[in-house]
Amino acid sequence: MGEDTDATPTLNHHGFLPDHNYVTEADIISTVEFNHTGELLATGDKGGRVVIFQREPESKTEPFSQGEYNVYSTFQSHEPEFDYLKSLEIEEKINKIRWLPQQNAAQFLLSTNDKTIKLWKVSERDKRPEGYNLKDEEGRIKDICTVTSLQVPVLKPMDLMVEVSPRRVFANAHTYHVNSISVNSDYETYMSADDLRINLWHLDITDRSFNIVDIKPANMEDLTEVITAAEFHPHHCNLFVYSSSKGTLRLCDMREAALCDKHSKFFSEIISSVSDVKFSHSGRYLLTRDYLTAKVWDLNMESKPLETYQVHDYLRSKLCSLYENDCIFDKFECAWNGSDSVIMTGAYNNFFRMFDRNTKRDVTLEASRESSKPRAVLKPRRVCAAGGKRRKDDISVDSLDFTKKILHTAWHPTENIIAIAATNNLYIFQDKLNSEMH
Amino acid sequence: MAGADGDDSLYPIAVLIDELRNEDVQLRLNSIKKLSTIALALGVERTRTELLPFLTDTIYDEDEVLLALAEQLGNFTMLVGGPEYVHCLLPPLESLATVEETVVRDKAVESLRKISQEHSPVDLEVHFEPLVKRLASGDWFTSRTSACGLFSVCYPRVSSTVKAEIRQHFRTLCSDDTPMVRRAAASKLGEFAKVLELDYVKSDIISLFTALASDEQDSVRLLAVEACVSIATLLPQEDLETLVMPTLRQAAEDKSWRVRYMVADKFSELQKAVGPEITKNDLVPAFQNLLKDCEAEVRAAAANKVKEFCENLPEDNREQIIMTHILPCVKELVSDTNQHVKSALASVIMGLSTILGKDNTIEHLLPLFLAQLKDECPEVRLNIISNLDCVNEVIGIRQLSQSLLPAIVELAEDAKWRVRLAIIEYMPLLAGQLGVEFFDEKLNTLCMAWLIDHVYAIREAATCNLMKLVEKFGAEWAQNTIVPKVLGMANDPNYLHRMTTLFCINALSEACGQEITTKQMLPVVLKMSNDQVANVRFNVAKSLQKIGPVLDSNTLQTEVKPVLEKLASDSDMDVKYFAQEAISVLALA
Repeated sequence: MGEDTDATPTLNHHGFLPDHNYVTEADIISTVEFNHTGELLATGDKGGRVVIFQREPESKTEPFSQGEYNVYSTFQSHEPEFDYLKSLEIEEKINKIRWLPQQNAAQFLLSTNDKTIKLWKVSERDKRPEGYNLKDEEGRIKDICTVTSLQVPVLKPMDLMVEVSPRRVFANAHTYHVNSISVNSDYETYMSADDLRINLWHLDITDRSFNIVDIKPANMEDLTEVITAAEFHPHHCNLFVYSSSKGTLRLCDMREAALCDKHSKFFSEIISSVSDVKFSHSGRYLLTRDYLTAKVWDLNMESKPLETYQVHDYLRSKLCSLYENDCIFDKFECAWNGSDSVIMTGAYNNFFRMFDRNTKRDVTLEASRESSKPRAVLKPRRVCAAGGKRRKDDISVDSLDFTKKILHTAWHPTENIIAIAATNNLYIFQDKLNSEMH
Repeated sequence: MAGADGDDSLYPIAVLIDELRNEDVQLRLNSIKKLSTIALALGVERTRTELLPFLTDTIYDEDEVLLALAEQLGNFTMLVGGPEYVHCLLPPLESLATVEETVVRDKAVESLRKISQEHSPVDLEVHFEPLVKRLASGDWFTSRTSACGLFSVCYPRVSSTVKAEIRQHFRTLCSDDTPMVRRAAASKLGEFAKVLELDYVKSDIISLFTALASDEQDSVRLLAVEACVSIATLLPQEDLETLVMPTLRQAAEDKSWRVRYMVADKFSELQKAVGPEITKNDLVPAFQNLLKDCEAEVRAAAANKVKEFCENLPEDNREQIIMTHILPCVKELVSDTNQHVKSALASVIMGLSTILGKDNTIEHLLPLFLAQLKDECPEVRLNIISNLDCVNEVIGIRQLSQSLLPAIVELAEDAKWRVRLAIIEYMPLLAGQLGVEFFDEKLNTLCMAWLIDHVYAIREAATCNLMKLVEKFGAEWAQNTIVPKVLGMANDPNYLHRMTTLFCINALSEACGQEITTKQMLPVVLKMSNDQVANVRFNVAKSLQKIGPVLDSNTLQTEVKPVLEKLASDSDMDVKYFAQEAISVLALA
């Protein structure tokens, strides 16, 4: 499938509105994740910070303000550390964020850097106690003689305050760099994957974890592949998948044995490293991303992918230079829409791609501050392969900016709202039709 | 108007109340722990109207504070005015029962269960039962999980209409959307079944049990196994076959090893619950399968139960069942590929000898024991050695001693010091069973060799071992076999070994008695006060302090005191310090 050549392109026949663009600090966003309802969106950055955005409730007076995401809370999740035993610096960069299913009025999320996973509680407080016995509200000590009766503090309403507190720290279980975390459908366990091993944790227990996959060879010189991503099945608590740098996917069943080094299914064919793997919401399909393509696999068919989508095939001729500038190692992520009918993944030059699985149409869109004013419709972009016929507005492959890459994207679990991280900017785009309908 | 006196007595309480909201968690915690003092000072009226409403909203605090609060409120009945007002405690406990931290919720539920007993039947229906319902239909699963633990305490004490409602709520929670709630319901199923009328057990509980036992989540199914034990004990024998066994059979063959593990782990309880007939027909084959399971974790759990399972078999054909069905599986496990399985088996296998008697033990079990004594994994050998007493009673240890000795020697010289440490700890036991002759002949040298081990923990354990041996074999034995060797080490060129002499003397002096201590040990200790290594010298001072109470006062004055005084003016600071300490403890100043 090539580039869409329609003049008025678009997916589902309507464009995406740039809803807003949010500039955090001059730091690069390293992960983006919606919570299970889509009301909250969390980003992590290279500075170890997590920023949570909350969707504003609908407002009758300003029809366009509905559904906007505004900053809800910002906190420092990880700090830079130094491993004295190995003389290694441990970066504070947030590699992954995963929300826990909501269990009470508070929200919980897991965030991880290369080594340590943390569980955070995000809660609201709208009351505070007032009234001391021995001092007044300004903190001045009262004269002891004036204290003639006991006073119990009373709770008074106050401005809403969002509190974030660390609940658990899951440390010292990973020798290599953690690349994925995934919460199990049983709501009580999660797994964390590093380059060579996958560990299973109980959310309440921090001092022990179980190793469920170990691909470390006895001799490190025999090392031929590393784990690149891992995820639990959305419904079956016993199934999980992990991808490797050899381009394989392994589907494992935890029921069969405690150590899942015998995978039950093996998806082969590919030659290049899989940078991300995601189960569809239905649990039937797997979406993977390698350097040039995105693929959809059916869990029941190991031999070959069901669908293959070219993300930026025009780069095939430029692989040598992409290797030289290290771009070939970029880890692009991928995402499903709520109904599993459209997939999305990032590319270079602040472009991102969407593929409609039913109509087989695809679109290239650009997330940039210049081209996307609030409430403007995104214009589809087209890259003209080297030597191809160039039309107006087309961009030549040679003029693509390889420093502007969209690695991290997220799709609202039910609605057509997407979050795109372009270096230090977060763009949230919303489906036009969607906003008109409500 | 309160006078100056009133202020004085108010002050400590005022501080406690203010510290309920101090920045420092420790201070808040202290205040919460003294909540009863605060309540007492406020009186029942103000406790109900001011303190409890404040506490109800204090759920933002740290877990440890909330945990303490949940616990306190369980004992608060008198402080709010007795059983008549106990329902005032429900709101704060209700909010604690919805927090995310499991330990806090569990404690709140525990306190709620406790105070439910203090409610009158009327209050229970007017106040307590509505709370259970609110929790059970709460938006968040934390509250619904908490509700699961409360049904069984109110059910027996409410009217039949309310009972029907409670059963309905429980049914709903058993099919809740979230696995968390279904797990909570599954884990309380057995408890709830116990308070239900038998007819409802059969009509309601069995269907819930069957549903939970075939839940899509492994973690729910495995909890149903536990409920199976309680339910089986409630039902008459004739109903077990139709109502429980299909589910139990299914669990024993579950696709998930975690569920099978749970069956193996609960096997003895299940066996007792279903009775001898079903055990013979169903559980024996099931147990065989678990012993042969493809997952090592399951085999290990089953192996752990071998002895208990065999013990509880009906006596009339116990031997036959064990010999034809269980023993063949056990034989296979002896050479299992997984060391956890082997060591689990080794920890119980000796117990079979008492069940099977002398002849069978010699013919069938002895070869297995001998094989395990030669196992490559030290833990297996240790487990066999640590359980020798069972065999000793049946066939006498002599049968084993030929193989035992090489096994012990090998463990004693194992490269891992933790293995050596473990075998040292069994030495006194072995010595007792093997007798003094065998010990002197074969094991004594080992015990002495450990004294010069290069790991301190081993030397320390060896010292302690000597003391236990002396307690067992007596002072005379010590004088002839141990003391000369220990004292000989005082001249060792390695100062660590010289110190070991002192440590041994510390340990042995009391067991050996005054005479040996004064005549043989003391001269050596005193001589070592001239050692060139300061560490040895200050240990001399410590030893003298230790053995002082065993010596008579004359010896203390004429022999110990001059040496300690000399050490007290030593050039080394530590030697001085310990010498002075000894002088003051022994009151020689």
